[in-house]
Amino acid sequence: MADAQSNFGSFEELAMPLFARLYNFAHWLTQDRSEAEDLVQETCLKALKGFASFQQGTNFRAWMYRILRNTFLTSRSGLKSTTISLDDEEDDGAEPVARGTPESILLASMEQQTVQGVLEALSVQFREIILLCDVEEMSYQEIATTLAIPIGTVMSRLSRARRAMRESLSDARIRATSRGVSR
Amino acid sequence: MTCDEVRSKLEPYVDSELSDGELAEFEPHLRNCASCAADALGLLQMKRLTRAAGVRYSPTPDFRLRMEQSIRSKSKAPWWSIRFPKLALAALAAAVLLASVIVWQRHAERDRAFTELADMHVAAMASTNPVDVISTDRHTVKPWFAGKLPFSFDLPELQNSGFTLAGGRVAYFEHASGAQLLFTVRKHQISVFIFQQQSGNMPFSLGTSASTKLAFHMETWSERGLRYFIISDAPASDVHALSRLLRNAAH
Repeated sequence: MADAQSNFGSFEELAMPLFARLYNFAHWLTQDRSEAEDLVQETCLKALKGFASFQQGTNFRAWMYRILRNTFLTSRSGLKSTTISLDDEEDDGAEPVARGTPESILLASMEQQTVQGVLEALSVQFREIILLCDVEEMSYQEIATTLAIPIGTVMSRLSRARRAMRESLSDARIRATSRGVSR
Repeated sequence: MTCDEVRSKLEPYVDSELSDGELAEFEPHLRNCASCAADALGLLQMKRLTRAAGVRYSPTPDFRLRMEQSIRSKSKAPWWSIRFPKLALAALAAAVLLASVIVWQRHAERDRAFTELADMHVAAMASTNPVDVISTDRHTVKPWFAGKLPFSFDLPELQNSGFTLAGGRVAYFEHASGAQLLFTVRKHQISVFIFQQQSGNMPFSLGTSASTKLAFHMETWSERGLRYFIISDAPASDVHALSRLLRNAAH
């Protein structure tokens, strides 16, 4: 810990810049402000205790997110969220992008709120990987470290998550259009 | 590259995961294939939209402050673990330790215990649910502990004292369960811990003491088989005043 602190900055210096993003991620996972605060607090305290064993030169951000995610998975709401099976998951690389209505037209008409609603409705496994990739802008390697899965699984899960999101967005658009027609 | 090959790499492409070599093959195809280019554009737009929609929740300033204070106090708490320069001071530190090992051990145990209790106090302050029984009425709080603790204790009448009871929770220290009571005085919060004083489980076999560490004022004393601790960032005079009220209540 002495080396980590002297050469790599204090825990506070490393952790606090991530605080707002960690909270955002925690809130997306828990869908509740109070639970998100408890989750971030527990994550920071666990990370602080384990800071001595943190390997200098490894990815601090991925380490923090991994602790947060593991803490969430062992929480009451996290346990509820893991009932969805990922048995059919294989390291088969990314799947081809589904084609159809040009998404540029679809997405242009989507409200941010709709996207948030779709993200909320995704399974935690899909939601977290999309957030880590698109919101946290983590590399596949960082996501693999955070989720403790191989890079091939990152790619295939991300692809399936995005497909599920596209389908939900498409459904939302159809519902919005039919509401407009019925008026 | 064929369209199928390109589509299988569209997501790594929008995620900036393709190598320079792959990009050199990839981008000419996109420039010449409207269909693949439209798919790539769709993915990019969805990624941008997700990024904008995903930054949605912000921690409250109060929560940030609490966490900063919590991390800061915990980072600094174990003052006995402050690292000295490695070699030169190691011998000196060893000599000092050898010369005063008994005193040091006693102080270290007390420091550790104080730190652990301070941690519990800070954790309660940082929690959104600092107490399990919320009441300002001692006749509600005290009975709540019945059946949860192997002992009972008395709480003082606080009227006109400036102190307010906020509630309590069961706390664990040195493998024993005890009571953590939360009081407020002005804007300060005070934790009172009460544990059974059993031989061996408390590093406070010696009577009464008061100390100040990391801006926390603490008092501890033993009364009728119970060990009391008061910890707060309130002025030492407030901590002492509450200790007097608790001692009087125990008589």
